[in-house]
Amino acid sequence: MTARLPCPIPAHADLAPGADPTVVTRGHIGSPDPRPNARRLLQGRGTYIDDLRVPRLAHVVFLRSPHAHARILKIDSSTASRAPGVLGVFDGPAIAAICKPWVGVLAHLKGIKSAEQYPLAIERACWQGEPVVAIVAETRAQAEDARELIEVQWEVLPAITDMDASLAGDPVLHPELGDNICFERSVDTGGIDEVFAQADVVVEETFQFGRHTGVCPEGRSILADYNAAEHSLLVHHSTQAPHMIHDVLARHFDIPEAQVRVLCHDVGGAYGIKVHVYPDEICTVATSILLRRPVKFVADRMESFVSDIHAREHKATVRLAARHDGTILGIDLRDLTAIGPYSMYPRTSGIEGNQVVNLTGGPYRHQHYRAHMQAVFTNKNVTCQYRAVGHPIAVAITEGIVDLAAERLGIDPAEFRRRNLIPDDAYPYAFPSGVRFEQLSHQQCLDRLLELMDYEHLRADQAAARARGCYRGIGLAAMIEVTNPSAAFYGVGGARISSQDGATVRLEPTGALTVLCSVTEQGQGTETVFAQIAADVLGVSMERVRVITGDTAATPYGGGTWGSRGAGIGGEAVLQSARALRAQVLDAAAAILSCDKAQLDIAQDAVIDRLSGQTRLSLAELGRICYYRPDTLPAGFQSELVATRHYVPRDYAFAFTNGIQASWVEVDIETGFVQLLGHWCVEDCGTVINPLLVDEQIRGGVVQGLGAALLEECCYDDQGQMLNAHLGDYLVPMALEMPDIVCAHVQTPTRTSELGAKGAGEAGTAGAPAAVMNAINDALRPLAARVTAQPFTPERILAALGRV
Amino acid sequence: MTLPEAEITLTVNGRSVRRRVEPRQHLIDFLREGLDLTGSHVGCEHGVCGACTVRVDGRIVRGCLMLAVQAAGCSVETIEGVSESGELADLQSAFHQRNALQCGYCTPGMLLCAAELLETTPNATRAQIREHISGNYCRCTGYQAIVDAIETTLTARRAGRTAD
Ligand code: FES
Ligand code: FES
Repeated sequence: MTARLPCPIPAHADLAPGADPTVVTRGHIGSPDPRPNARRLLQGRGTYIDDLRVPRLAHVVFLRSPHAHARILKIDSSTASRAPGVLGVFDGPAIAAICKPWVGVLAHLKGIKSAEQYPLAIERACWQGEPVVAIVAETRAQAEDARELIEVQWEVLPAITDMDASLAGDPVLHPELGDNICFERSVDTGGIDEVFAQADVVVEETFQFGRHTGVCPEGRSILADYNAAEHSLLVHHSTQAPHMIHDVLARHFDIPEAQVRVLCHDVGGAYGIKVHVYPDEICTVATSILLRRPVKFVADRMESFVSDIHAREHKATVRLAARHDGTILGIDLRDLTAIGPYSMYPRTSGIEGNQVVNLTGGPYRHQHYRAHMQAVFTNKNVTCQYRAVGHPIAVAITEGIVDLAAERLGIDPAEFRRRNLIPDDAYPYAFPSGVRFEQLSHQQCLDRLLELMDYEHLRADQAAARARGCYRGIGLAAMIEVTNPSAAFYGVGGARISSQDGATVRLEPTGALTVLCSVTEQGQGTETVFAQIAADVLGVSMERVRVITGDTAATPYGGGTWGSRGAGIGGEAVLQSARALRAQVLDAAAAILSCDKAQLDIAQDAVIDRLSGQTRLSLAELGRICYYRPDTLPAGFQSELVATRHYVPRDYAFAFTNGIQASWVEVDIETGFVQLLGHWCVEDCGTVINPLLVDEQIRGGVVQGLGAALLEECCYDDQGQMLNAHLGDYLVPMALEMPDIVCAHVQTPTRTSELGAKGAGEAGTAGAPAAVMNAINDALRPLAARVTAQPFTPERILAALGRV
Repeated sequence: MTLPEAEITLTVNGRSVRRRVEPRQHLIDFLREGLDLTGSHVGCEHGVCGACTVRVDGRIVRGCLMLAVQAAGCSVETIEGVSESGELADLQSAFHQRNALQCGYCTPGMLLCAAELLETTPNATRAQIREHISGNYCRCTGYQAIVDAIETTLTARRAGRTAD
């Protein structure tokens, strides 16, 4: 463990393997506390949007474009309007009349452009699945029945489905934009051509990434309840960012901010899918306003596949120059990505490609870098930020080309990395793409990984397996990850997305604590982590802390949960507000006890004497006096038992974390099937507040990455039709084929906060695909075969082997 | 289109229930919408994800693949019922301790699926546990914690049996 700054909060318990977690007595931070809020979910008592019961609730369904690109000539909904239970049928112009359109651009992504987008398509549909007509009825079944009665006359237009064709600009999807390039970005440190000309070895490879999606178990859902009497809007939303949605609704529907409230209950999986503004969800709100009654939309699985954002469709060609001794001299990257017909609002569809440029080559110490990235429009579903945004691509490009260089030079891949990873004593460090690292621990993580997986032993096993005609491989993937984003991510570009978060901590009359925080919970355990922090700072037991999140009428203002920011930013806000409250509680105690505050401390639900540790006053008694008998307090003393603090990182744009993963696979060269034999992940997310939760975040993320590597792809034909918009055809990881995953941590707390926590939610997804790719290619090496296009399906592996 | 409603009588979580239902209504929708038993979830409506897993006459079924009218005369159990009876208290506690859930959307289905294995295969190996739950999709956990929690419960129940 690296040295940490002196921090008065209890040190985390670094559990030895096999140690009993229950013997930890040094406080909650660092302890594997189970999540109190999981109990209700275990008894089926969660509240997802579709579980809400609201009087006079109506249901909306959407008629979606069956074509990738088509002009809407005529919509005949006369029969549908008269169908049983139907309350209203709305087309694009009807909704646009009360809702301002949007354009998904940000000022700091220079040159990014997109077209105006409306909740329902007007005149033209630009992807298969774009909502065109909204049908509202008393029951969902009635709305779906009525949808069958709507007739739309289409004029099918040529669809742009290929990235290269889009780049060529024939035709241009939005003529007013001039070409099909949504966004492009270049980085050039200079001197790259000379470096490549003088290098001992240059390797080049093209990597392809299939588009895939989040497949949240709970479909996107929203229940909008417009109250005409007050011109107010209550929205129950399955979302990661309630304040962002609050702001969007107020502005686009012209409702005063104070008359909007967004409530976020239990969320059935989000992973970045539920942090965007979706046309059908905005349209649901519009129908509630038009009909003056509550309306609910729950996306079914098939429409989720064609309307939840997709991600990661990239084609990247990368070159790496190195010396004979393995020193990496420079990296040269060209990346092309297709983002669908619009840049998503308000985060834009430019961020993923931007991240690829920022992060490629990131773990290594070369000083020459050139990258050029272009994001182009196509007539496929929109793409946007999905868990680990850009990282899986950057890591696969980097680690794939690094392995190729190691192979060409005859250097073991672990040794090759050791020679090139940025040394642990080189920080702070400026990476040539422009990003800055505060303090990373690549070398320590590599050492820990090799020890954990017993690298030498696996190499011996691999050799033995090969001798009996069995193809096994080891793949390594070092990574850096963006966490704790500051305003540099969105705010500076003009997006009304908060990078700061706030927490309020209140002492209740019983001595219990209530924590309200703007960061939300989707099962990661943010509420538990906040309770742990507040409990430690205020000396209160966990059972006596209640945490409230996800209500824009109650919590402080903030960004919500995305970008691996919950624990690092929200947690620091809780820490600081709990500290402030602690001082206030001691003020009150000193007033009650007529003593000097400096003599007092708080522990185990009571104010104690700092030196002797003796209990002076329970928090319950303090609460009783301050709330019910303030008349007994000294004249002029007013107790304040609530405190609010906010936090945003300022010193660094992002708190970069680092880690490394390893995959151990066996490839069946007859069938092309890959069996995952083992997976390891060593991660440095700074202070680990709750190892139980962090490890499960990492494991879940790894499996999401394994799905991307081996199974998941949204397959489109050349007409822009998604061919597998069905959970039977779009394959997701299930328990049987997934391995056990070994996690370990190196802890380098960030000095930008007192808590020292960085994010951990995306690391697994970032590195797993690259590790698997390298493992497969390691297994196939004796057969002189390589795969570079994800997902690595049996068909692609057999093709690489020349067997199909 | 809609056929006339049919009247069905069935037992749900130990109580007799009589309702009129549309013949096309799936069991999961009947339980959720008709009886407000919202603990069972809908994840795909085409039989793949297992979020809608409930018990009918003691065996687990996919509530989205069975019609409500097909459950007439049957005994149906949901997560609400088994939580109430305490039948799965040990498994639920193991899930809690091991953090074998994040968003919790898959959890009720996963628990009922696992409960069947606890009954039918008390000596199940990890591989058998993985195989048994491989019709239940969980996007959050990566499955390992779920496998651990089921394994812990199997072991504890075996120990309990030996002790008896
Ligand atoms: S909802 Fe029934 S299996 Fe998915
Ligand atoms: S806990 Fe979220 S899907 Fe399983």
